[in-house]
Amino acid sequence: MNVIETSGLGKRYRQTWALRECTLAIPAGHVTALVGPNGAGKTTLLNLGVGLATPTAGVVTVLGGVPAGSPAALDGIAFVAQDMPLYKPLSVADMLHLTRNLNRRFDQGYALARLGELGIPLKRKAGKLSGGQQAQLALTLALARRPRLLVLDEPLANLDPLARHDFMATVMATVAEHGMSVVLSSHVLAELERVADYLILVSGGRVQVADEVDSLLSTHRILTGPASDARTREELTVVHERRAEAQAHLLVRTRGPADPVPLGWEAHPVSLEELVLAYLREPGAAALPGPARTSNAEPTEVTR
Amino acid sequence: MTAMATPGQPAAEASLRPVPWRGMAWVSWRQHRTTLAGLLAVLGVAGVYLYITGLDLRHDVAAFGEMFVANGSGKMGMTLTAALFQVLPALIGAFVGAPVLARELETGTFRYTWTQGFGRERWAAAKLAQLAVAVTLVAGAFGFLFSWCYEAIIGVRQGLSPLMAITFDLRGVAFAAWTLVAFAIGVLAGILIRRVVPAMFATLAAWSGLAFVAGAYLRPHYETPLVTSGFNLPSAAWVISQRWTLHGKPVSLTTVSQVLQKIGAKEVAPGVFGPTGPASGPTSGTSAAFGSGGAWRSAPTYLLHHGFTQLTSYQPGSRFWPFQWIEGGWLLALSLLLIAATIWLVRRHAA
Repeated sequence: MNVIETSGLGKRYRQTWALRECTLAIPAGHVTALVGPNGAGKTTLLNLGVGLATPTAGVVTVLGGVPAGSPAALDGIAFVAQDMPLYKPLSVADMLHLTRNLNRRFDQGYALARLGELGIPLKRKAGKLSGGQQAQLALTLALARRPRLLVLDEPLANLDPLARHDFMATVMATVAEHGMSVVLSSHVLAELERVADYLILVSGGRVQVADEVDSLLSTHRILTGPASDARTREELTVVHERRAEAQAHLLVRTRGPADPVPLGWEAHPVSLEELVLAYLREPGAAALPGPARTSNAEPTEVTR
Repeated sequence: MTAMATPGQPAAEASLRPVPWRGMAWVSWRQHRTTLAGLLAVLGVAGVYLYITGLDLRHDVAAFGEMFVANGSGKMGMTLTAALFQVLPALIGAFVGAPVLARELETGTFRYTWTQGFGRERWAAAKLAQLAVAVTLVAGAFGFLFSWCYEAIIGVRQGLSPLMAITFDLRGVAFAAWTLVAFAIGVLAGILIRRVVPAMFATLAAWSGLAFVAGAYLRPHYETPLVTSGFNLPSAAWVISQRWTLHGKPVSLTTVSQVLQKIGAKEVAPGVFGPTGPASGPTSGTSAAFGSGGAWRSAPTYLLHHGFTQLTSYQPGSRFWPFQWIEGGWLLALSLLLIAATIWLVRRHAA
């Protein structure tokens, strides 16, 4: 099952396309990092997924084929928007009661226990909580709905390092316990590298990379060799090339770790951060699976 | 309520039971109780004033007679009070209606609310319906209190017609209807403008424009006005227009003035020809004799004898309730239309 599946998805705000020709499938059971520079279309993609925005072009379905924004989709997806919007004049207890009244499921016991652990007083107004506490409250409200998919838009942007750690610890504990899928966005990859096992890279309104992290790391390598060896380069799928004197460092896409290393070249494994940076520097490059791809299928398209 | 989740269960929830409506009752109450309390406080103070004034008026009428009160302090007080209360629906629309959606959009909380299981259209429908009913009921009670307060003097003499603009929309069902439409304008402005303060000002402006158009151009024509050539209009009549004719052809007021000046009448203000009640009919002219030798006892009688006719179109006071229901009816229809448009806009609003 795919928790989010899009086909030719596009969103235009007035004259500007915030997202274009986005075709991807995020399989269930993953913690998916949606990464890209500011203004890349991450928030637009998430808004389309949770039903806050409607597509200008294409379709988006969630939770195995349910139209985004439909009652079944709203019921199964919990969304924590950027800046953690809460009703600031309401108390924490009121926010709990509010969320409970607006949903079919609400695990009040879980929410109370969680807030107790965090030391967030129920009588305090949401607006008077610290930034980290507001984030935890928003997350607790979302988790108490027992969603099948949790969508977080830039959840860590305004948090200090400790609050970031606590926030992600809560998310990962729930994933371990309940097996929900998570999609979270960030413009800083380092925040997500430790937790994400699926990566989507969006840039300039287009999806550049969408695959499992393990698969990406095993199908990309860095080759170091003579810069004069142009023939070898032509045979390879080079994502990004960096030259230093006579040496060339190529980030290449391969069919797998067993792919032979060209004669006279040296292969190194690539880190996720190097990989993302390489793709961001080459907006024309893409590593995309086919539209109906599930987690085990082979990548079908590699362009340079 | 606290049913545990069964995560990862297959999408066999096609027959999904919607989140019950009753949950929204608490949500609306919790989020708008301060506003509603403010509304009750303002209207409560005004209501106490009306109650005391109403008792005073009844006492004065019993002591001095209704005409005395209607000509004196009663009318003055009513005019001032009514002028002040005219703005109440617009203020209710601006302070209760406009922020409902504008605040959600301005603060970004719609991203929280509209992604809950309840669904944004149902959320908007429930919230708007509850608030609309609340403000309409409160305003309805206020409208009837205002009616009760001044019923002793309204309609007792010319110029105090129950249909006159300054009190008609504060009485009966009209006040509730004008408040409801102000609320509906407010919520629509909120979703269109998306910011609280500009939406409030837009509400005030739009409501005032509508109220002006309704009072000046629509209300006089709810039913075909009656036309009379007599000077004795019923005291509750609401005069729409007056004109002079000479041998059946319309003549301007200037022509009439010139005719009167020729026979020696001094400055003639338009009011001289105005609706002359029983106290100032042709037989008991306000001015002294006219013409050579005082042949004509008043300007109107002179004019009548020289082929002039004054035609007055008016709405009789007995049409008060039909007019109330007509105005209440179209305002209710307009309000429902605006609220439906608002919900439609909520549905298609893109984050």
